[in-house]
Amino acid sequence: MEATVLPEVTSLGVIIKGIIILAIISAVAGFGTYIERKILAFMQRRLGPMHVGPFGLLQIAADGIKLFTQEDIIPQNANKFIFQIAPAITAATAFIALAAVPVFPDFTIPEFIPLLGGTFVPSIAADINVGILFVLGMMAAGLYGPLLAGMAQANKWGIIGSARTAIQFLSYEVVTGLSILAPIMLVGSLSLVDFNEYQAGGFTSWLIWQQPVAFVLFLIAGFAETNRTPFDLLEHEAEVVSGYATEYSGMRWGMFFIGEYANMITVAILASVMFLGGYNDLGFIAGWFIIIGKIAFFFFLMLWVRASWPHIRPDQLMWLCWKVLMPLAMVNILITAIVVMI
Amino acid sequence: MSLEEFKNRNTGQQSYKMLDIKHTPQSGIGKFGQVVERTVKGELFVGLWVTLREMGNALFKDNMHTIKYPLEKLPISPRYRAIHDMLRLLESGHYRCIGCGLCEKICISDCIKMDTKYDENQRKEVTEYTINFGRCIFCGYCAEVCPELAIVHGGRYETASEQRASFSLFEDMLTPIDALKQQKEYDGFGAVSPNADDTIKQTPLAY
Repeated sequence: MEATVLPEVTSLGVIIKGIIILAIISAVAGFGTYIERKILAFMQRRLGPMHVGPFGLLQIAADGIKLFTQEDIIPQNANKFIFQIAPAITAATAFIALAAVPVFPDFTIPEFIPLLGGTFVPSIAADINVGILFVLGMMAAGLYGPLLAGMAQANKWGIIGSARTAIQFLSYEVVTGLSILAPIMLVGSLSLVDFNEYQAGGFTSWLIWQQPVAFVLFLIAGFAETNRTPFDLLEHEAEVVSGYATEYSGMRWGMFFIGEYANMITVAILASVMFLGGYNDLGFIAGWFIIIGKIAFFFFLMLWVRASWPHIRPDQLMWLCWKVLMPLAMVNILITAIVVMI
Repeated sequence: MSLEEFKNRNTGQQSYKMLDIKHTPQSGIGKFGQVVERTVKGELFVGLWVTLREMGNALFKDNMHTIKYPLEKLPISPRYRAIHDMLRLLESGHYRCIGCGLCEKICISDCIKMDTKYDENQRKEVTEYTINFGRCIFCGYCAEVCPELAIVHGGRYETASEQRASFSLFEDMLTPIDALKQQKEYDGFGAVSPNADDTIKQTPLAY
């Protein structure tokens, strides 16, 4: 794949890329809360936020002001240090995971801009050849945030929340790994760029047609990974008040949510790059546009599922992951291996 | 379904449709079959379709249920007992109250106070009339006992106040003389809401 010689990636370009990811993804994550509230409202025949700005568009600004000015309470018996760093773990790992994901296309900053002119900004901040493993590992490490937060806050709901985090972690992680093993065997690489190149042949070369089972399994595991509704055991309000986030307020609480929405975007990007053809052009539609469309579809799917389906018990999640999804993933790997051998 | 079937209340004779609720499978192969059946049946997609359909209805078929309350209000029933109105005679514009004092007597929370005197025509004239809305329980006895339909309940239901005692004077409740044409008569105790036609639904039982 040496069709075009790309300009050299400089450290300045990577830093600019990092800032772009941080700024845009946290803005999109904040905007995601607005989208979520609106879509959920429409599906329940309500209007959703309407009063701040036109159609409630400035609701994020109001929420942001609220979060930043809220009193930062640390409970008396809490382990202060762990209580304080736990939200940072969630938010930081979510953004670190995005470092190895292709987010926006490459571009070169035009020459007329002073200081930065001519800098090449790559599509991936860190193009490491074990990209998928790195992303999944970082997202798995992100669950240390809820785990530590629940245990550090000296609150029984928090303890239940972190116990559920452990259960969830033990359940889905094996499915995530095994489900993407089959596509990795087909592509022969762990790099997301190679995955994208493998599916460059248009609509019919998408991996979802070769690996439909792996796609469904990865999607289910992705929902569990981001604590979305069928598996939102950690902080289900109707059962455990707010789970791991019970004692949190203000921006610490907000960091958990920025992390959650960033993870949602990451899973959406992974699913579209690995199974739905990535950022290749589709006919006359440009690749950057189609990848945004795919990511938006997966984001919408998560909200749609939240409005539609009830959530399941922790023991049902373990049952599902270990007794149904893991055997399915193993069978899928076996069949793929046999096909690849022949 | 015909009326005969509706009227038949004897259990066991109707054509009930029984739900097919299966027993929990006991054997391992039965449990496996249940999982496979639920997996391929696509029940989850029915749920997804229902929410998407409702979203479409809400957005494009004007089926949104939200009332933007301070900006738009649902019409209230004429039977609703809100802040009182004092009505005027339509012909002369004079207030209807004849100063009989029945409302003051019947008021069970003792919140109506009135004072009257004879004017030059030997008619009763209301010199003072107050209702303490901090005490009023809006029971409606005053409106019910009034022989002249002079005091009725109006439609002002937003009655938040900064003080516990909140007196309303006769002049405040009286229809303004220039708004006499807009004065609404009390519809009576059997009256239905103005939007009753929109909200009424077919009852499931026929009698």
